[in-house]
Amino acid sequence: MKQQSESRVHERYLRHSKKFPNVWCAGCGIGIVLGTIIRAVDDLGLEKNEVAMISGIGCTGRMPVYVDFNTMHTTHGRALAFATGLKMVKPEMKVIVVMGDGDALAIGGNHFIHAARRNIGLAAIVVNNAAYGMTGGQHSPTTPQDIKTATTPYGHIEQQFPIAELAATAGASFVARSTVYHVRELESYIAQAISKEGFTLVEAVSYCHTTLGRINRWGTAPDMMRRLKDQSVTLKQAEGMSSEERESRIVRGIFAERDIPEYTKRYDQIIAEAQKEAS
Amino acid sequence: MTVKLMQGDEACAEGAIAAGCRFFAGYPITPATEIAETLSRRLPQVGGKFIQMEDEIASIAAVIGASVGGAKALTATSGPGFSLMQENIGYAAMTEIPCVIVDVQRLGPSTGRPTSPSQGDVMQARWGTHGDHPIIALSPSSVREAFDLTVQAFNFAERYRTPVILLMDELIGHMRERIELPDPATLDQEQRPDTRVPPEWYKPFENFPEGSNVNVPPLVPFGEGYRYHLTGLHHDERGYPTNRVDEIQPWLERIFRKIDRALSDILLYDIEGVEDAETLVIAYGGAARAARHAVKRARERGRRVGFLRLKTIWPFAEEVVEHAASRLHHVVVPELNRGQLVLEVERVIGRHKVRRVTRADGEMIKPAEIVAAIEDLERAV
Repeated sequence: MKQQSESRVHERYLRHSKKFPNVWCAGCGIGIVLGTIIRAVDDLGLEKNEVAMISGIGCTGRMPVYVDFNTMHTTHGRALAFATGLKMVKPEMKVIVVMGDGDALAIGGNHFIHAARRNIGLAAIVVNNAAYGMTGGQHSPTTPQDIKTATTPYGHIEQQFPIAELAATAGASFVARSTVYHVRELESYIAQAISKEGFTLVEAVSYCHTTLGRINRWGTAPDMMRRLKDQSVTLKQAEGMSSEERESRIVRGIFAERDIPEYTKRYDQIIAEAQKEAS
Repeated sequence: MTVKLMQGDEACAEGAIAAGCRFFAGYPITPATEIAETLSRRLPQVGGKFIQMEDEIASIAAVIGASVGGAKALTATSGPGFSLMQENIGYAAMTEIPCVIVDVQRLGPSTGRPTSPSQGDVMQARWGTHGDHPIIALSPSSVREAFDLTVQAFNFAERYRTPVILLMDELIGHMRERIELPDPATLDQEQRPDTRVPPEWYKPFENFPEGSNVNVPPLVPFGEGYRYHLTGLHHDERGYPTNRVDEIQPWLERIFRKIDRALSDILLYDIEGVEDAETLVIAYGGAARAARHAVKRARERGRRVGFLRLKTIWPFAEEVVEHAASRLHHVVVPELNRGQLVLEVERVIGRHKVRRVTRADGEMIKPAEIVAAIEDLERAV
């Protein structure tokens, strides 16, 4: 029954004028993240008109086109910067920014840390599949060491960016990580991220069975989904682990939750101040 | 009307406020920083918003985002930052988002000579972003004109749903002149038109039927009940990605048509003394100041010289130049570069008539250099 009502919720938010099918490979986790976002928006009782969804480039960048919000598919890495301008002139809107790991952390890494530092009211959702999927599985800033990718045929020698920890350090108001296997948890984090004031980040760990899965012989999409389940631990479970052990796991949980004044609210004070001084 | 001693950069900032600009995003860079500094103070006074972003790429992105939210939006930079902005300027052209980009040109390439004037970004303003697209670029020659053309830039951006580039140069940006500012109430302020159709009929990229004199579909800001899609991919009339040539081609034709059919509105220039002239001087921006002196001096020495000063650089005023120069013997084009806009002049009237006066070392062209070119040409006849 629950499943039926969920598909009815999805139908209410999908664009029926859009030429489906979607661009994602069968078994991809991005659709799962889109489903969690839709259900979170529905649970929060938000009006479609007040929601904007903004993306960059890549597989996740294609997400906004399917959903009946105010949607914008921008340039590679710059979604947060576009969203910053929109949020400043429409502070009453709920602005959700969806990005992939390459989009958010490589080409868009500078915007990522500065949006967090500024604590502007954007809900950033990064689908982390540890690769550039659309271009065929090249390594990204979150690719684990030693594995093979389309551009590391002899193994990957760079360190990983821990997305959630980075956002928490950079100053975000709310930071959480879950996986596309732990759908209910992910949905709850996304709902919290959208409703919390300030810059919020949810890292949704996913996989790319079409590229990295094939190159490294990790099996099918269900096999990789199972890896998310087996590899992940909660923050509490990770507490007693050595740092090496922790690094080999996906640590799920809330990494930051704090009340810091939101940027556009602070800017309203600047306007009041400037107008008082001018008059 | 108020009289003030003002820098070109400050006049540009005041022009933006007068035009109704209520959002600025930028990154510090010589010689454009004063525009940001002025607007950081002035915008909140009028209820507008200013933000200093982490780089120029973010600045133009925020400007486009703000415009999608319904604000008239501006960024200002110089050559290095202008180069960084190019990809997103293409996005604004593709999605037809109105915005104004000020490039206070300094000597390049690269870091160059940051405090020296240049007109080295003329071609970058036209072709800096990849792919075919129309663009509007204006170039002021005085502090007062920096104000006026900033207002005009916003009006063109809104009227034609396009990015507009204000191509200043360090000379105009940093120079102080005594200017009279017009009463903002007397200024023509283009407002974004409302759509007349309900949301389900709205096509943000409508390609009007052949023969229609409307070429610019209204852009409804986000959050007002018209939930549509914007993308840098080629798109259909509703904004959804497409690979169909029968959807790409009409769009491409329309975005050129919306500029090409409005040249009588867009092409701004001053022309004088061509009736009995033998030689025509064509100049723009800071170099036009030296050119004006040179024309005056050459006339005092008995030379018959006409003067065409272009305020609109792009689209290039082909027919104006062709008409003015066709029966004259010589055309002199002074520019603070190795010859950029002169390529357009040569394309229109042929190389044999044209004499370039160029300088790209950070120093101004002197009127005497232009007079010498005029006299040299006339002697050669």
